[in-house]
This record gives sequence, structure tokens and C-alpha cells, in this order.
Amino acid sequence: MSQVSLKINGQDHSLEVPPDMPLLWVLRDRLDMVGSKYSCGLGICGSCTVLVNGRPAQSCMLPAAKMEGKEIVTIEGLAPDGNHPVQRAWNEEDVPQCGYCQGGQLLTAKALLERNPNPSDKDIDEAMSGVLCRCGTYFRIRKAIKRAAQYAAEGGSA
Amino acid sequence: MKAKCQETDLGRRTFLKVSLMASGALMVGVGLGRPSGANELQNDTWVPNLYVRIDRDGTVTIVSKNPEAGQGVKTAFPMVVAECLEVDWKDVKVEQAPLDDRYGRQVVGGSRGTPDGWDDLRIAGTGALFLLKQAAASTWGVKASECTASKGKIIHQSSGKSANYAELLDAAADLPVPDVSSLQLKSRPDDFSLLGKFVPGVDNHRILTGQPLFGADTRLEGMVYAVYEKCPTFGGRVKNANIDEILKQPGITDAFVVAGTDELTGLLPGVAIVAESWWLADSARKKLKVEWETSHSDSTEEFNRQAAKLAGEAGETRRHDGDVDAALGSAQNVVEASYYYPFVSHANMEPQTCTAHYKASGQMEIWAPSQAPKSGRELVSRVLGIPEQQIHINLTRIGGGFGRKLRSDAIVEAAWISKKTGRPVQLQWTREDDMRHDFYRPAAWHHFRAGIDSAGRMVAFDHHFITFGRNGKTVSGAGLSPGHYPAGLVPNFRLRQSMIETSVPTGPWRSPGHSAYCFAYQSFFDEVALAAGRDQLEFRLDLLSRSYGEPPLDLKRTGDTLRIAAEKAGWGRSMEPGRGLGMAFHFDHGGFVSHVAEVVADGPKVRVEKVWSGIDVGPVINLSGARNQVEGCVVDALSTAQLEITFADGAAQQSNFHDYSLLRIGQAPEIECHFIQSDNPPMGLGEPPIAPATPAITNAIFAATGTRIRELPFSRAGITA
Repeated sequence: MSQVSLKINGQDHSLEVPPDMPLLWVLRDRLDMVGSKYSCGLGICGSCTVLVNGRPAQSCMLPAAKMEGKEIVTIEGLAPDGNHPVQRAWNEEDVPQCGYCQGGQLLTAKALLERNPNPSDKDIDEAMSGVLCRCGTYFRIRKAIKRAAQYAAEGGSA
Repeated sequence: MKAKCQETDLGRRTFLKVSLMASGALMVGVGLGRPSGANELQNDTWVPNLYVRIDRDGTVTIVSKNPEAGQGVKTAFPMVVAECLEVDWKDVKVEQAPLDDRYGRQVVGGSRGTPDGWDDLRIAGTGALFLLKQAAASTWGVKASECTASKGKIIHQSSGKSANYAELLDAAADLPVPDVSSLQLKSRPDDFSLLGKFVPGVDNHRILTGQPLFGADTRLEGMVYAVYEKCPTFGGRVKNANIDEILKQPGITDAFVVAGTDELTGLLPGVAIVAESWWLADSARKKLKVEWETSHSDSTEEFNRQAAKLAGEAGETRRHDGDVDAALGSAQNVVEASYYYPFVSHANMEPQTCTAHYKASGQMEIWAPSQAPKSGRELVSRVLGIPEQQIHINLTRIGGGFGRKLRSDAIVEAAWISKKTGRPVQLQWTREDDMRHDFYRPAAWHHFRAGIDSAGRMVAFDHHFITFGRNGKTVSGAGLSPGHYPAGLVPNFRLRQSMIETSVPTGPWRSPGHSAYCFAYQSFFDEVALAAGRDQLEFRLDLLSRSYGEPPLDLKRTGDTLRIAAEKAGWGRSMEPGRGLGMAFHFDHGGFVSHVAEVVADGPKVRVEKVWSGIDVGPVINLSGARNQVEGCVVDALSTAQLEITFADGAAQQSNFHDYSLLRIGQAPEIECHFIQSDNPPMGLGEPPIAPATPAITNAIFAATGTRIRELPFSRAGITA
């Protein structure tokens, strides 16, 4: 077991975990933060995406014990009131179908808009290619990211 | 969501004066202040029927009875009730019903939700409003027929009186339940103020903020987590397993062999490993060694060999109109082609999961992302010997269904493990479990011959269909109706069928059958039209212009969807080399859909740029949900046409998204929907758009590249999209 201090959504959590236990399972089974989803377990579908120091990362592949000192943001920490530009845009474009992958989509979109406030379709396709959506909401994801970019430009930060 | 997270209020509520309406709707007597209604008085809630509750504070709660898998029913159904109840959508709270027989069918499947629910939902909303109007009228001493309703208020125009619904609950609760024949139900698009609008999903906030909602988000006091290893060869039994070693692994609370049953859709034999966290259970599983006893070695190679042999045989004639052999013999031109598509997996993003709690009282409570919870309850009852009345199933949001979650394998496994351990258990399959233990969409071969007369008309159609069977019957998700078009559209038609026996589990996969064979039919029509020297649109509209005997589909509605898709796509416009349009029409599950796809090619690498869709499912309930299903189906079709599941030694050879690689965003086209809103009753839309999407795309690929795709996946023709 390793003693680890994790900073998640601005809060510190101190806990003992097996040294190789992935962050995803610490979030889900130890901290009951179930917004990050399990789907492939190989880091290739993006359902478990979290932000580590602002960059999208697959939490199913990250040993929690190595996350000490890093800023972790999960979907629960994006904006709990749902008023982040990407959340507003996602709701207004009604992106989710089943919704299972959408936490990963939102966090990836947030990271994209932070480094590129006005992305083209090509930029969007490249940045979002790591998150699978079996329901096929991709067309709306493109529209929602553009809408979110507009909202961010008008005020709220991305 | 600790402990009683999704426990339902409905289960505890007492309904009064239950009566069954002609439509099958259960109208339930008004509850407030009636006998045995202590709870109702305490709750201060008026319950006019199973779908509606109005609180004294004005809160309107609408219950959604069907499971939500992303098809949008949890938004669309309450919208229908709200429309008829004349309440403002923003004032409505939506609540998910558990499995409860009083609701009738609670299934995501067959695109039946909308047509089946349409009457009941309108009766629920209209019936409650009827009582509120009566209540207002008797309070004010006016005629109910003079009262109108809008945004949660009853209004009597001439006297200037008005009241919020919440003020009328006591009076309404004293009234007798109306006869359904006295209710005037809204039915035409012109009647609607909410239906047909673009309404975001009711669960969006929870989804977008990561709140608990899905099956595996359930958290219970004292819950443990389980994995379940089954034989890679379908149906294999456990001979022995190193249980003692597994029990020594960190965090393991239990490990045992489950003997299971022989039924492929039941409790399959396997080994359960239970731990304090799912990851610990899965880690211990890596040390698991099981010796299996298997009874078959089905393989794709063997299937192909048998299919080739059967192709040379006559098969069983299932329908023969006119004289196909004579018509082919005298035809001006005969076109012959063979089509094939492989087995595919459902690959929901949410692998199978279920949470079960077998209590000391003998009650089994289950939290399941299930498309067919009633089947789950029956299976659990049968396998575990628990009376159905003691099994309560809560419906969680489903992380993608597509037909996979019509099966209850994960439910019965979780229930078994909970009963055996005596603890609340969350079973979570791995992605590999999910892909290797699916109920696959079956492969098939279609051998076609068409005869064209001197006017360029298709006058003969001969079809040898090679599908899969078990014990002489087609397997679940396979088969083809002998009445399916082009039967009835050509004077000489023959369908012959042959079957390959298999032990591979198969099942319904989004628009079962149609989503597979429409590709073959509509691609072959392309070939016939080309051989006849005719334009694709003109050829298809001509095919839909007459029938021989009973038409196999509504010719006008089908043709109209094709016309509008073609018109919006600019069919016939000149295209630069390497660019092409393709089209297809289809009818299934009550819905008429045609697509035109535009493809641009760079050598064998193609890109589907845009798809125009013509859709007639009657009036659209939620414009957003409806478009979502069309958009999703097009992407699903393009994704699935590039995938296959193969078998060797009785086991699936693909296991995860590296070798079953779903479409990513960069490959997804733009989709433009055109709904023909008719007065016909509304139909579901989760399935109808997928079948014609595949051939619209493959026909466009032909137009752009000259490569005719006769076998899926595309890679067999050297094409990637």
C-alpha cells in the first residue's frame, strides 16, 4: 500500500492505495466519484478522461500513487452548477444521447478551448479524436465546441 | 448516491381505484384524501394516474416508464404528458419509474416505445386535465366546457376567473375518474405547442456535471465489487479453478465457481471473484486459472466453407411469385451479384453491469441498466428460485443499448453473486468480457439474380439467403421475412433460404436484420439500375410506383422520403471526379427513411462528407431527440460497416477497441434531417434510420471510386472511411 495525497477538484484527499491502482478506480470505488467512466481499461476510448495539470489524461492508465502534487480535475469539478461554457453549449445543442462518454468529451473540449479559443473543425477533430462515442454524437460535439468558444469569448472562461 | 439512492417513491405509494382503460392505460383513482390515503395526505400530493403527480406547492412530476438508453424516451414521453396536461415544460420534474407491471410494456426495443406509449401518455395528461377543469368548473359554478387551460392554470374567460392547478387538487381528488371516451386527445402536429420543438434531454444536467445516473454509479452501504469469468468458448463449463489461490489475493472477500445452466441467454457457468474494490477483483482475476470443458469449435473459417457449399444448393423455397426461372430466361439482361456481411458486436460504451442486493428478508433488489427489465426479473426468479413479487428492479440510465441490454445475463449473474455472498454486489464486466460474450448480429450471404426487361424494368428477382440456425430454426437476430421488398415490387420473385448451424450466441442488434440486409438489397438495386442504364433515383421511384399483390411497404410514404432526401442533396448535380452521391430507401419498425450520402475519395481512402435524410415517422415528438437518432444511426452505420467479429475455436477473436475500432470524430459526417410530418400516429426512430444509411454510403463510395462494396467490412474492398 502507498500513502498518497491527491488534489482533486481543488480538494485534498489523503488515502492508502495499492501502488499500481489506477486513478479511475480510486475515484470510483474509494472516493465514490463516479463521473469518470470505465469502458475499455486500455486508455483508448477516453470515457475515463480527467484533466491532469490541465491536460486530458486517461485515468484508467494512471497509477493514483503517481498523481501526488498534480492538479486533477474530474467531470464533477468542471462546474457543479453546469454553467461552464462547454456544459451550457453541450446542453443547448443537446449533445448527449446515452451520455456515458460525455464527461470525457467535456473535459477534453475544455482543455482544447483553453489552448485554442477558436478551433476549426480540423482542430476539433484532432483534439477530440481520443474520446469515442458509440451513439455518434460527433456532429453535435463539433457544433457545441463552436458554441462554447463563443460563450467563452463573450465572458465565462473556458 | 449512498444507500437508498435510486429507491423509488412510486413503489411505496398507494394507488386507488385502479381501472383498466380500453387502450390498456391504467387510470388510477384520485388519491388525495381518499381511504387508506394517509400517505397521500402526508405527501400532499395529488396522484390522478400512474404518470402524473401534482404537489400542493405546484410541482408537477411526470413519471417516465421506459428505460432510457440514449434514445430520448425519458424526455419524449413526459413531453407528451406535459403537452396534454397543459403545463409549462420548465415547471415539470421527470422521474424514472422502476419495473412496475402497472405500466405495461417497459422495454427499449423494436422502436415500439413511442407507438405503444402514445395513447396511454395522452390519456394520462388529458385525463388529469379533464379532472382539473371539472374541479374548477364546479368550484366556480360554470361549465367545464367553457374552461381552458394554459401553463398550469385553468381559466374561465368570461368570468375572468383563473386558478393554478395546485389550488384545485382537493376538488379534483373528489371527482370520479373520467371515461376515456370522454377525453379529446390531441393528435395532429397543428394541435401541439410543445411537441415538435427542440428540447434538451432531462438528464443533461446530471450527465454534464458527472452525477450518479448509470448502473455502475449505484453505491450501497457495504457493497462489494465483482468480476465474472466465463469460458471463452461459448457455453463452456468449469472443470476446475484455482479458487484457493484467488482467495489469498489482496482485498478478495469471496471467490467461487458458478455451475450455471446450459441456456446461452441464462446464467452461464463461470467463476465469480468478489473484492472491496473492482480493481482488486480484476487484479486477482489475472491470477485465475480455469480448466474449461467445451463442446464446440465454431469458427468463421468453417462458416465460410459451409456458406460456399450451400451457395451451390437450392435451399428451401420460402416464397415464389410468378415464374422466376422463366422470367430470367426471357429477360433482356440478367444481373448477378453476391453480398456478405460479418458478425458484429453491440459494443456499448458501458460494458454490462448490474448491482444486486439479496436481503435477509428474501427480497432481491436490483439496479440494472436494462432494456428489458421484466425479462431480467423472470430470469432471476427462474434461476434463483425467488418469487417474482420479491424481486424489485430499479431502472438506471443505460450507457448504450442497441439491443445488447435486452439480454439479462449480467443481471442474473449479479443476483446470483449477491445471494451467494449475502452482500450487495456490483458486477462490472470488463470490455473484453463484453466483446467476447456478446449476442452478436449474425453474418449472412445473399446471392442475387435480377432480370431486366427491354424497358429497363426489374421483372425478376431471385434471392438465395444463407443465414444461421440452431436446431433447424433461424437464430435470434437472423432471418428475413418472405414478404420483405422487393417481394411485391416485381412480378417474378423467389426467396430461397439455407442455414448454417451455430453455437455462437446471437441477438437483436439495432434494427435486427434490416440494419444488415438493407445494405445488400439497396446496393444490388444500384447495380441493377446501372445495368439498365437508368438514373438511381428514377429507377427506385419507378420500382415504388406499382405493386404486385399486397404492397410490401407504403409506396408513397417511402417514395416521398427518397424524393426529399434527393432534392435536398441536389441529386443529379455535376460532380468533380472522386466525388459521388449514393442513395437508399427503407422501411422498418414503422418508420420510412431514405438517405443520400456524399463521398469524396482520395484513392482508396474515402470521406463521407454529408448525409441528407428524408424521414417520415408521423409527427415528431422531440425534434432534438429525433434528429439525434438519425445522426446517431448514420454514424453507427458508417462505423459498423468497417468492423467485424470473427470466431476461432468457438470463441470471439476481438476483445477491445484496438481490434474493434469504433468510428472517431474525424470520420463523422454532417447530417441534415428533413422530417415529413404527417397525421399518421408517431413511430419510434431509434432504428429506422440505420438500415438505409449503410447502402447510401456504399453506393456513394461506388459513385466516387468505381469500387462496388459487396462485402463488409469496407476493408475487404480495400476501402477505408
